[in-house]
Amino acid sequence: MLRDEDRIYTNLYGFQPWALKAAKKRGDWDGTKAILDKGRDWIVGEMKAAALRGRGGAGFSAGLKWSFMPKGEGPLPHYLVVNADEGEPGTCKDRDVLRFEPHKLVEGCLIAGFAIGAHTAYIYVRGEYHNEAKVLQAAIDEAYDAGLLGPNACKSGWAMDVYIHRGMGAYICGEESALIQSLEGKKGQPRSKPPFPAGVGVWGCPTTVNNVETIADVATILRRGAAWFAGLGPDNNNGTKIFCISGHVETPCNVEEELGISLKELLKKHAGGVRGGWDNLLAVIPGGASTPMIPKDVCDDVRMDFDSLRNVRSGLGTAAVIVMDTSTDLVAAITRLARFYMHESCGQCTPCREGTGWLWRTMVRMEKGEASVSEIDQLLEVTRQIEGHTICALGDAAAWPIQGLFRHFRPEVEKRIAARRADAKHRAA
Amino acid sequence: MSDMDLREDIKTMDQPETFAFSPENQAEVAAIVAKYPQGRQRSAVMPLLDMAQRQSSGWLPRAAMDHVAELLGMPPVRVYEVATFYTMYNLKPVGRLHVQICTNVPCWLRGAPEIVRAAQDVLGVAFGQTTEDGAATLTEVECLGACANAPVMQVNDDLYEDLTYDTAKAVLEALLKGETPPIAGSQAGRRGACPCHGATTLKDLAGDYVAQDSVKESAKPKAKAKTAKSAEAGKETT
Repeated sequence: MLRDEDRIYTNLYGFQPWALKAAKKRGDWDGTKAILDKGRDWIVGEMKAAALRGRGGAGFSAGLKWSFMPKGEGPLPHYLVVNADEGEPGTCKDRDVLRFEPHKLVEGCLIAGFAIGAHTAYIYVRGEYHNEAKVLQAAIDEAYDAGLLGPNACKSGWAMDVYIHRGMGAYICGEESALIQSLEGKKGQPRSKPPFPAGVGVWGCPTTVNNVETIADVATILRRGAAWFAGLGPDNNNGTKIFCISGHVETPCNVEEELGISLKELLKKHAGGVRGGWDNLLAVIPGGASTPMIPKDVCDDVRMDFDSLRNVRSGLGTAAVIVMDTSTDLVAAITRLARFYMHESCGQCTPCREGTGWLWRTMVRMEKGEASVSEIDQLLEVTRQIEGHTICALGDAAAWPIQGLFRHFRPEVEKRIAARRADAKHRAA
Repeated sequence: MSDMDLREDIKTMDQPETFAFSPENQAEVAAIVAKYPQGRQRSAVMPLLDMAQRQSSGWLPRAAMDHVAELLGMPPVRVYEVATFYTMYNLKPVGRLHVQICTNVPCWLRGAPEIVRAAQDVLGVAFGQTTEDGAATLTEVECLGACANAPVMQVNDDLYEDLTYDTAKAVLEALLKGETPPIAGSQAGRRGACPCHGATTLKDLAGDYVAQDSVKESAKPKAKAKTAKSAEAGKETT
């Protein structure tokens, strides 16, 4: 198990106050100027060496992303945008960073902003996190008052402003280009890429969009060194990660652990184990709603990191672990997710707008056993028609949970359909 | 008005003729617009609509959208687009309490249907409806982002977590009465998303919290405990 001294989020549960004095005691804002004095190249180099993979779901190297930004100051200002539009079902980690560790995020904004040449950062906080946004704003105000932000942030000579922009209830705005559109005061409909935000982002200016946890990790990594961070977790899956454990466990919780921890150990150590014991486990959605579920026999020895989960045809996503025991109607669960994606489709691309509704309606019949067995292949064919044929990944996200269900539990659905038919026949007789 | 307009039912419903920001809110407008670069004032449309909605008892009249459009120099239809795209803008009046229950998978697995039943028992209305006296509106929502504390319910700005049928009922009844409002957050008495039988990590700090918190709670008069959720909380305990 990860030692407490290797944890980044020492106030993950809010046992201590979030405010500046307590945050400084925990090590935040310690030697920030010295970090900035080492220069942009050193910071980006160190982040690449730490190989921090983005914590928002896609797992793309943060240092590499930063290096895509134009060098030096051109005619257009650069922007840092922090994605706090947390809405992937199962995920509730950014909320705890916002309300209990806001100074980690604010300090990260300064360092990341400096590294990408941005004097302004916008933190896009989902609308439902109203109280969390208030805490974050108070932390930003404290940082200004203490000279940690402003025209000469931390006496580094770098001017840095940090603003909050609140969302208003649209899951799609968690997609970076939709978030940019929303920040510009438009409907949150994703843009085609390329151009990528590093070239043409918010208001047409070079922009980097990073997840809350990614940015909040930055200061600690640079203080303790890339080697420390890279020493945790398996190769190519470095560091620690906040796991959100929900569903059928004894004690659902958020916990920071080392990547590569086995799923079984994670649930046992921190969540009191699966309700009714490990053998009562049916399946787990390992990384938030859009990652395909894995059945118990895969759960038995899978490790929780990007590559291990990809190898079992799922993903780490946001590390939101949704546990389902044998009492769960998996078809009903996936039908509910299908309804979610139908509701959240922005309506821009036809395969997603029409397809997500089609998937949900078919899943409703699957849940009741009213569909025919041949429709399963048709359903899977439609998921493949949506996947990869839309501007953003919401189409993929709608397809994957259904594919995951049938990959592992197709016989169960077929049995349900057969039972329903037999029942109907019996009644007719 | 141009051809491009709002949905028919919203267009034809009773709407106030005019809208203007209160003097306090009007003073806020410039500060909100100043968060964005010059010439990009359109970015302020979302916060201004939110402010207008808060001023209008939780819903967004058409006159408010038109007012925001005028303030920001935007064609009204661009404001309608935003107001109809984001689900947190209520285009019809809502009750004094807007009760929103998540029924997505993590909450469903932990008993969201029981919370829905509790809300329906207390309020006597189904999803999408407002009580006759206008006290509360019940809405089904997607993930509220507190899954480790499922099942959850949001009432206006506050999240109530770790609910059961009984605690959900108690929270709603107390809110309806308007006396001693319940403390938002976990109704099972845990801090944040810490495991409810005690922390498995950061235990040293957990000890601090329990000691410090019990002193604080006992020293405080009851009514003041509500401020624990406010932004001031952190400063008070520093």
